[in-house]
Amino acid sequence: MESLVYIALFAPLVSSLFAGLFAMTPKKQFVGVISSLLLFVSFAASAILAYHIASTNEVIHVKLMDWIVVGGLNIPFGFIADYVSVTMMVVVTLVSTVVHIYSIGYMDHDKSFNRFFSYLSAFVFSMLVLVMSDNFAGLFIGWEGVGVCSWLLIGFWYHKADVTRDINPSISPSWAANEAFIMNRIADLGMLVGLFIIYWNVGSLQYDIVFAQIPNLAPAVLTAAAAALFIGAMGKSAQFPLHTWLTDAMEGPTPVSALIHAATMVTAGVFLVIRANPIFSVTPEVSYIIAALGTFVAFFAASMALVNRDLKRIIAFSTLSQLGYMFAAAGLGAYWIALFHLAAHAFFKALLFLGAGNVMHGMHNELDIFKMGGLKKAMRGTYLYMGLASLALAGIFPLAGFYSKDAIIETAFNEGNLILFVILIITAGMTAFYSFRQVFLTFHGDERYHEFGIHPHEMYKYVLIAMSPLAILAVIAGWFKGWFNGFIIHMLPNYEMSEHTHHLALYITLIVSAFAIGGIILAYIKYNKGLVRSEKTEGSFVYKLLSNQYYIPVIYEAMISKPYAELSKLAWKADMKIVDALVDLIAKIIYAGGDKTRGMQSGNLSNYLNWMAVGAIALLVVAILSLFVA
Amino acid sequence: MFEQIAFYIFSVLTIGLFLVTVFSKNVLYAMTSLASGMVLIAGFFFLVGADFLGVVQLIVYVGAVMALYAFGMMFFNVTKDLKEKTTSNIWVMIVGVSVALLMTLMFGGVVNPEAIYASLPINSNMTNPQAVGMALFTKYLVPFEVAAIMLLIAMIGGIILAGKKMDTSLTNIEDEELQRKDVK
Amino acid sequence: MIGLNHYLVLAGILFAIGLIGVLRRRNLLMLFFSTEIMLNAANVAFAAISNFYNDLSGQMFAFFVIAIAASEVAIGLGLLILVYKKENTLDLDDLASMKG
Repeated sequence: MESLVYIALFAPLVSSLFAGLFAMTPKKQFVGVISSLLLFVSFAASAILAYHIASTNEVIHVKLMDWIVVGGLNIPFGFIADYVSVTMMVVVTLVSTVVHIYSIGYMDHDKSFNRFFSYLSAFVFSMLVLVMSDNFAGLFIGWEGVGVCSWLLIGFWYHKADVTRDINPSISPSWAANEAFIMNRIADLGMLVGLFIIYWNVGSLQYDIVFAQIPNLAPAVLTAAAAALFIGAMGKSAQFPLHTWLTDAMEGPTPVSALIHAATMVTAGVFLVIRANPIFSVTPEVSYIIAALGTFVAFFAASMALVNRDLKRIIAFSTLSQLGYMFAAAGLGAYWIALFHLAAHAFFKALLFLGAGNVMHGMHNELDIFKMGGLKKAMRGTYLYMGLASLALAGIFPLAGFYSKDAIIETAFNEGNLILFVILIITAGMTAFYSFRQVFLTFHGDERYHEFGIHPHEMYKYVLIAMSPLAILAVIAGWFKGWFNGFIIHMLPNYEMSEHTHHLALYITLIVSAFAIGGIILAYIKYNKGLVRSEKTEGSFVYKLLSNQYYIPVIYEAMISKPYAELSKLAWKADMKIVDALVDLIAKIIYAGGDKTRGMQSGNLSNYLNWMAVGAIALLVVAILSLFVA
Repeated sequence: MFEQIAFYIFSVLTIGLFLVTVFSKNVLYAMTSLASGMVLIAGFFFLVGADFLGVVQLIVYVGAVMALYAFGMMFFNVTKDLKEKTTSNIWVMIVGVSVALLMTLMFGGVVNPEAIYASLPINSNMTNPQAVGMALFTKYLVPFEVAAIMLLIAMIGGIILAGKKMDTSLTNIEDEELQRKDVK
Repeated sequence: MIGLNHYLVLAGILFAIGLIGVLRRRNLLMLFFSTEIMLNAANVAFAAISNFYNDLSGQMFAFFVIAIAASEVAIGLGLLILVYKKENTLDLDDLASMKG
């Protein structure tokens, strides 16, 4: 079984290195095929591991080698396959495998085809390191690794020029990549502080040792550690106020959006909270803030999705919103429900993104849903997939989203927190509305794309087939909720609904479903016939506020970026005038000294002898002075 | 009293002779005065009781080294006076005198005589050559042998360096080379 | 009475004369002569210190200095002859082929 852990972990690395060999060469089909195969190997190993753990309840812990052994600090490269990590491994490798196969079709005409696979596999490797590490340091390595891969992949089309937008001053893939990277750095600082706090107080970063020490730690220390760790999670999972990078990250290729910015990397923050649940469960204040912030982000992101016109950005906002749901669940103590929603969300959101990729591919990179419509004729398979995924996202019985989202809302009710409960229900309705607004605008109604001279076409067959596992899982994943509960409570604290909630569960489910179906019907009424734009709505303050993302990017630009740029310019000038000038001065002195003393090199031995005598005098003076001093 | 008179006479003579060596334009004069100065240095050695050293000085310097110079000079054209640009005198005087002053100051003024102790005390029962012999073949045996090997190497080196092309006439080569230089 | 300092001052003067010669003269042969003067000045100081501190080590050093001086002359004169054969001069001003 140990070898399976290594296979699951290192197959993506081998894939990345293999693809990297061809990075600079023209497209080679077999690179994509072999990468996908290796990813499938990794998935198979993960699945066998999951089966093994489920059947024998044996946690597999391997230690690859010592990494840092300095004084009292001992950090090994240790990996663990337990209930939580194996769940993540299966989800990550499954989605990655599908995305790899999908990319063979999607990146068909890209000249950096091989490079893309190298990055994508490297990302999967980093993600696996993140989830499989048995200590916080290894988690941090993976954390930074996925950050770098995300940067590489968002900026994959780095050669694209800046495009001026009405919301942000300008945006290009490299701009978006830098934004994502820098925002994550800010949060990672918080994460590092958390790790330092833990190490300082416990003397180890191993999960088991740290968690065993929790009863001995002061509450203030735990609160500080939990808060700092959550700041790190906020960055990676794009929670308010560090959320703007996620929608801008849609500048990257769509498979990247599906894999990294929907299914896996952005859930790393949730994973961290789940992984460190012993810390968070003893710090109720921090947990409450997490739940409140998660709920806020769920609503906040959903509201922005209501009016957005960009196909991928709508899905990105919905990802933000669903991440908010996960944090709400985790903050309320229902860690296993959060993990369940994470897995279910990974399936249907990846499917949704890949479907959007199909549309984009078929529409020649057009993303404005106002320019689409009536695509269901041209793209039947994609229509089916996206419809399914949207139903799952909206939480319609009996699809995956229904079970997981419903459980979260029930949890909010169970905790007696009515504000969160109400907001989450309203958000569920909004989710349904914006999902189907997008579906109807894209696939139903009049065929507006004719005006723009676009001839849509369906994606390759094998790509559609490759997407089918996700589609199936988006439908059936929810049915395994009970089984998953039994599997995961070996490790995570179980969350039982109270008797009272249990009685009302049916009503809650009905209310949620009513909101979801209501949202869909509203979208149907408004958009099924075709696009109806009203000047009045679009001119209203609320519409403008939402479509401009609450003016947050503008505020960041004005309040943070601009002053920081000014400060940097000032620092640059100081650097030129003081630091550089000093360095230059030293160089100038040496140059001048060389110029002046070059005359000494006359080649005349007699001159040299004279200088030698001068040197001897100097040495004698030094000798005498030192004798006097002594 | 006798020692004092001897010291002063020797000092004046040595300084004078060496000054001639340094300032003379004629190499022969310089060499002659140098040889005489060496003899007087041996006199100083006798004065301070280093009999054996004095004898060695006479044999090695006045006998061997000066003879070597004399032979060496046969290769050079020394009948004419030297024409050389000499470095400006004030400069040289300042440097030379300051070095002398500094060194004298160092040894005479700064070094603490109390701190110096004899690592190889002179045994008053032996004559000086006896004592030197004892020291050379006991404590300084290894340096002595190394010095012997060094002298052997120097001898071989000297012969090889100076003996190259000994069979060809130097004057003829000189003429040819002079002509070649003129052509250039 | 003649003390150690007399000898040291004398050695200093002789050394200065030798050094002035080294600095002043441009003829290689004269440089050799000057070097000999400096070496002898040191020897005088050694012998005097040996006497006044009642220590034989000074004389030993003087011996080795003489040995080194003899070797130096042997090798040096050989080199001088080679230089003279090649360049036909012993003047340093004419031998400045290492000008940088």
